[in-house]
Amino acid sequence: MELHQLTIHELQKLIRSKEVNSSEIVKSVFKRIDAVEGSVHAYITLMKEHAFEEAAKADRCIREGNIRALTGIPVALKDIVCTKGFLTTCGSRILHNFIPPYDATVVDKLKEAGAVFTGKTNMDEFAMGSSTETSYFGITKNPWALDRIPGGSSGGSAAAVAADECIASIGSDTGGSIRQPAALCGVVGMKPTYGRVSRYGLIAFASSLDQIGPFTKDVEDCAIMMNVIAGHDPRESTSVPLDVPDYTAFLSRGIDSFKVGIPKEYFIEGIDPEITEAMRGAMKAIEGLGATCVEISLPHTEYCLAVYYIIAPAEASSNLARYDGVKYGFRADDCKGLLDMYKKTRSAGFGAEVKRRIMIGTYALSSGYYDAYYKKASQVRALIKRDFEEAWKHCDVILTPTTPTPAFKIGEKMDDPLQMYLSDIFTISTNLAGIPGISVPCGFTRQGLPIGAQFLAGHFEEGKLIQIGAAFEKHANAKQRRPNL
Amino acid sequence: MAYEPVIGLEIHAQLLTKSKIFCSCSTLFGAEPNSHTCAICMGMPGVLPVLNRTVVEYTIKMALATNCAINESCNFARKNYFYPDLPKGYQISQYAQPLSEHGYVDIEQNEGRKRIGITRIHMEEDAGKMIHDEHMPSSYIDLNRTGVPLIEIVSEPDMRSSEEASAYLKRLHEILVYLEICDGNMEEGSFRCDANVSIRPRGENAFGTRTELKNMNSFRNVQRALDYEIKRQQYILESGQAVIQETRLWDDSQGVTLSMRGKEEAHDYRYFPDPDLVPIVIDESWVAEVRKNLPELPLEKRERFMRDYQLPSYDAGVLTSSRVLADYFENVANLSGKPKAASNWVMGDILRFLNEEKREIKECPILPQSLAEMIQLIENGTISGKMAKDIIEEMYRTGKPPKTVIEEKGMVQITDEAALAKTIAGVLAANTAQVEQYRGGKEKLFGYFVGQVMKATKGKANPQLINDLLKKMLTAS
Repeated sequence: MELHQLTIHELQKLIRSKEVNSSEIVKSVFKRIDAVEGSVHAYITLMKEHAFEEAAKADRCIREGNIRALTGIPVALKDIVCTKGFLTTCGSRILHNFIPPYDATVVDKLKEAGAVFTGKTNMDEFAMGSSTETSYFGITKNPWALDRIPGGSSGGSAAAVAADECIASIGSDTGGSIRQPAALCGVVGMKPTYGRVSRYGLIAFASSLDQIGPFTKDVEDCAIMMNVIAGHDPRESTSVPLDVPDYTAFLSRGIDSFKVGIPKEYFIEGIDPEITEAMRGAMKAIEGLGATCVEISLPHTEYCLAVYYIIAPAEASSNLARYDGVKYGFRADDCKGLLDMYKKTRSAGFGAEVKRRIMIGTYALSSGYYDAYYKKASQVRALIKRDFEEAWKHCDVILTPTTPTPAFKIGEKMDDPLQMYLSDIFTISTNLAGIPGISVPCGFTRQGLPIGAQFLAGHFEEGKLIQIGAAFEKHANAKQRRPNL
Repeated sequence: MAYEPVIGLEIHAQLLTKSKIFCSCSTLFGAEPNSHTCAICMGMPGVLPVLNRTVVEYTIKMALATNCAINESCNFARKNYFYPDLPKGYQISQYAQPLSEHGYVDIEQNEGRKRIGITRIHMEEDAGKMIHDEHMPSSYIDLNRTGVPLIEIVSEPDMRSSEEASAYLKRLHEILVYLEICDGNMEEGSFRCDANVSIRPRGENAFGTRTELKNMNSFRNVQRALDYEIKRQQYILESGQAVIQETRLWDDSQGVTLSMRGKEEAHDYRYFPDPDLVPIVIDESWVAEVRKNLPELPLEKRERFMRDYQLPSYDAGVLTSSRVLADYFENVANLSGKPKAASNWVMGDILRFLNEEKREIKECPILPQSLAEMIQLIENGTISGKMAKDIIEEMYRTGKPPKTVIEEKGMVQITDEAALAKTIAGVLAANTAQVEQYRGGKEKLFGYFVGQVMKATKGKANPQLINDLLKKMLTAS
């Protein structure tokens, strides 16, 4: 095994026993990046020089015995979180040259914990997409099959972990953008409860749905990352002032008495038969671990996609208004006056999918349509939330497939937005309800493509997800296989 | 046909908080462009707003002072439009759920008191400023003002003349300044007014088509613009045409309103609740706390001055026009025990001195206790009212207390009967001819003798004493 292939907890042991230092780990990771980045293209910006400087600092800390949760560990950041002094593009031409004057809270916390940043990962433009194909900076490939998409929007962060181009990474999830690529790339991805991890410095897509979370090689690493990034932030009004438990304490609790809800509405037509099969296997495995599976109902499931595609674009249409060519980022040339500058800048600065969503959102909020669309969608959203509250009376966690299909081919769904939107069908309700979810590897298709199992829990019950995820991944044994790059 | 104007006002008042509404930048006016800015108020990608609690407190104050109901829960909404001085592309304001609604203030008119309804008072953030250089092909933006807290006070269309509108505007201005939540400076834009105006045939209930007037940056201009607009609309209707619903700008130099944009060009602001801010819950204890600390409001103070100090309505009105002036007067009145005299001196000499130098009452060099002391010195006869006129001027110039001024100038009134009698005897001896004439029946000459005695005493003699002694001595021998 090489250092870049190890997990956070494995590397921590080696660091503590002074068998390796951060510089060696970082060197190994960048050697791996040099070898595979050409075919994977997980990153928009590499922070190599900075990473080696930080690794050297980490090594001093290690020598002095000042070892924190992530001291010396190479972590990649989705290019949607602001990094002071480092390009932050959000995958868009409109921010192709934007260097933030400040760090996101999550960046502060990771730095504080001693993490070493490897770079900024590729993503769908403004996190709008499920395949990382809408990035202005090119397509990221799935490390398991280079002709396939890695999922999205945090495709770069998922692929970077899967391809061992970092040890762990940060993503953001508005409708499945962590869990879906985690499933398609065979890694662990968690979307925490809305309000658990600070959004300060996360470039907004849909403010009431966006949440930052980790990609890791296993559930234990997920717990370690969550311990670092979770917590109240006075700089965010929607951040929740609750204490954060030690998530690693949930790793070995087992799921003896767990009731696992299986929502009947999620086993729909159109799911790949191999995914259905994997789910049956997962249910059997869970029961083998001492838990009971019970059928539950989330009756408003069929409306989730419609509600999401009103609320998210509506918020996005407003959030993206600031990219006007006036203050920072891209500005079109040869503009005749203000209106012309706005039009040319935004026409050339945004890609097709972003423009499509700005149009949908603007329409949904327009006078005369607000009640029929945004308001109605908000009301249905409340019903979706209630579905889950009702469900927790019957189960501790919910199990669903993370995606209806394994990774699809590059270009396959780019001309059919509706098909693309359907790939988030199992992940969207979580964001609408604000609850946490985790995707854990659950085997492979016969073609060797990863499959993910999604667990959901009530607000601020990430601990339960760690608990069942840790028990489940031991069974799934997904770590035995590595992508052949 | 006789027409009746219908006017409603929208007032924007900048709140006197130290920091902005959603970040910790300073709100001070007049700083170097863009020096009071940060990632948050500049609308950088990824930033989030956090509400300044003092803004809510100040808004509750204004709501209570204008008899508004305070909503238990309210929220912020985004008002979306593109303009370079609006860095986020939306203004954070309140829309469907404002902080307070359904209030009123009373204004004084010749026909008596009139109640003007207040539709709502809500919080919002100010925008920045564009700076245009005629000699350059580009414009500049100063974002210092971006995020300065504002409250918007929307009236009902209850005003029926420009005078009523002006009185309402002044009343709100007075309350805001009294509450010390706004400096009320119209020129610097910390107190701004837009007006909605329509006219209708007198006796008609339905409203006419309205226009919205902007850019009136003084009380006088509000009244002028309204008068102009009322006449303009009347002319249109009388010539058989229809008023167009539009926004018009007041042009101060030409004294006219000019069309800015029509109804078709009106923005669709696409308001929706701001997902970055949580609903604001205002519980009764918070309201009670603010209410407890509310100062006495101008109207209450006016009534109390009339009742407790027996002042005429006019005096009470002038003296309560600002809280500092009212406090000054009350100090003088209470320390001297002579409210009416205090009122006369404050409204007369003190305000005249200050006006001449365009100074504020808080800059007055004469301390209330000095003025009270001077009033007492007149009362006990130490100085005459006439002498006081000179003394107060010297007090204002030097800031010295009256006794020091009197001593330095040797201005103590002569009240020593024997000494005065001696001076009078001297005057009479020097004017034997006039004395003869007086005694012969030419009593008009009495004033002449008084003048001569005053001259001889350099004005320091007590006039009553001169009168008494002169009469006695002229008739005696």
